[in-house]
Amino acid sequence: MAIEGADLIKAAALLGAGISMGLGAIGPGVGEGMVAAKACEAIGKNPKEAGLLTRTMLVGQAVSESTGIYSLVVSLLLLFVV
Amino acid sequence: MDMDALSAMRIAAYAGGGFAMGMGALGAAIGEGYTAAQANIAVSRNPQISGDIFKNMLVGQAVAESASIFALVVAILLLFFETPSAGYIQAASLMGAGMCMGFGALGSGMGSGFPSAETCLGIARQPMASTRLTTNMLIGSAVCQTPAILSMVVSLLLLFMQFKDIPFQPGWGAVIGAGLSTGLAAIGSGYGGGLAAGASCEGVARNPNSVGNVTTTMLVGQAVAQTSSIFGLLISFVLIFKSFPESQALSPAIALLSAGICMGFGGIGPGVGNGEVARGAVRWVARNTESAADLMRIMLVGQAVSQSTAIYAMVVSLVLIFVI
Repeated sequence: MAIEGADLIKAAALLGAGISMGLGAIGPGVGEGMVAAKACEAIGKNPKEAGLLTRTMLVGQAVSESTGIYSLVVSLLLLFVV
Repeated sequence: MDMDALSAMRIAAYAGGGFAMGMGALGAAIGEGYTAAQANIAVSRNPQISGDIFKNMLVGQAVAESASIFALVVAILLLFFETPSAGYIQAASLMGAGMCMGFGALGSGMGSGFPSAETCLGIARQPMASTRLTTNMLIGSAVCQTPAILSMVVSLLLLFMQFKDIPFQPGWGAVIGAGLSTGLAAIGSGYGGGLAAGASCEGVARNPNSVGNVTTTMLVGQAVAQTSSIFGLLISFVLIFKSFPESQALSPAIALLSAGICMGFGGIGPGVGNGEVARGAVRWVARNTESAADLMRIMLVGQAVSQSTAIYAMVVSLVLIFVI
């Protein structure tokens, strides 16, 4: 089976897209979990501040999400643009 | 390639069988070692009830062992099972079956160690609650095994299905991708489910009256932590059961393989993260039972956000399968 150069480049881009999104999803998943675990702890200690703590948790998670979105962008670029 | 299909199948079966049992042994051994270590600490704290602790340790280790027994079954099937039809695609599917079960047993084995370890420590602390603790441990570690069971289902499908009508190119990418998707995604869910179950056993020991609230929160948290391995299963089923047109090019096969890798790795992080959230919530439900409703709400919101990257991974996988 002869593999042409263009086919090989396309295959590498597709594999790269999968690896980018796959590995890129690990960090934000674990990180956001830690944020929410600490938020649960804080609400357990001080239930009156639940609203404030939920807001802080969501902002922290949104920032931690950014690297996951970078991975998504890179893998969509590899799929459709490159 | 100058290799006949039968030799290719043998090579794949032996390599896959070795991989399944080798990786499958890792997780359960770590989990059981952790249990035994904590059991020793528990006995040193309260030597009078060493018999109860010892019994509980063995029960917990037996549950944690099941993940590696699934791996043993798949490995033995791979070594001795004669598939009726020989073909290169069948060889690829045997390799996929081995990788799926090998990775799939890792998380559940390690995860099941946490509830058994915390139960041993809990019995030393609250000997009166030992029955309640053991029941809670068995529920928690049984749920931890689900990702390993999902991996076994996919491996057995890959072992026993007849793929001879499917073209080798791009079929090999689909069957190996199917194995990797469920196998890798199961690592996170198994480990995460274990974190939640461990915290619930610790919580019941600390406050035996909170057992109802603690077990409910644990089960909800574990169920959410399982979703990423269910996404992995979904992608595997699509890869196994969808038919793909034959092509001479390499890229369609790589697209399917990449879809499996993407969903597999993408499921690890959210599975562990959701487990962390559930651990935090369950710990504090036991300490502050009045806030159980608040904690359940914040747990679900936190898990939903942490799940988002698994959903991105699933979207990219589905694009790789259906659009490219």
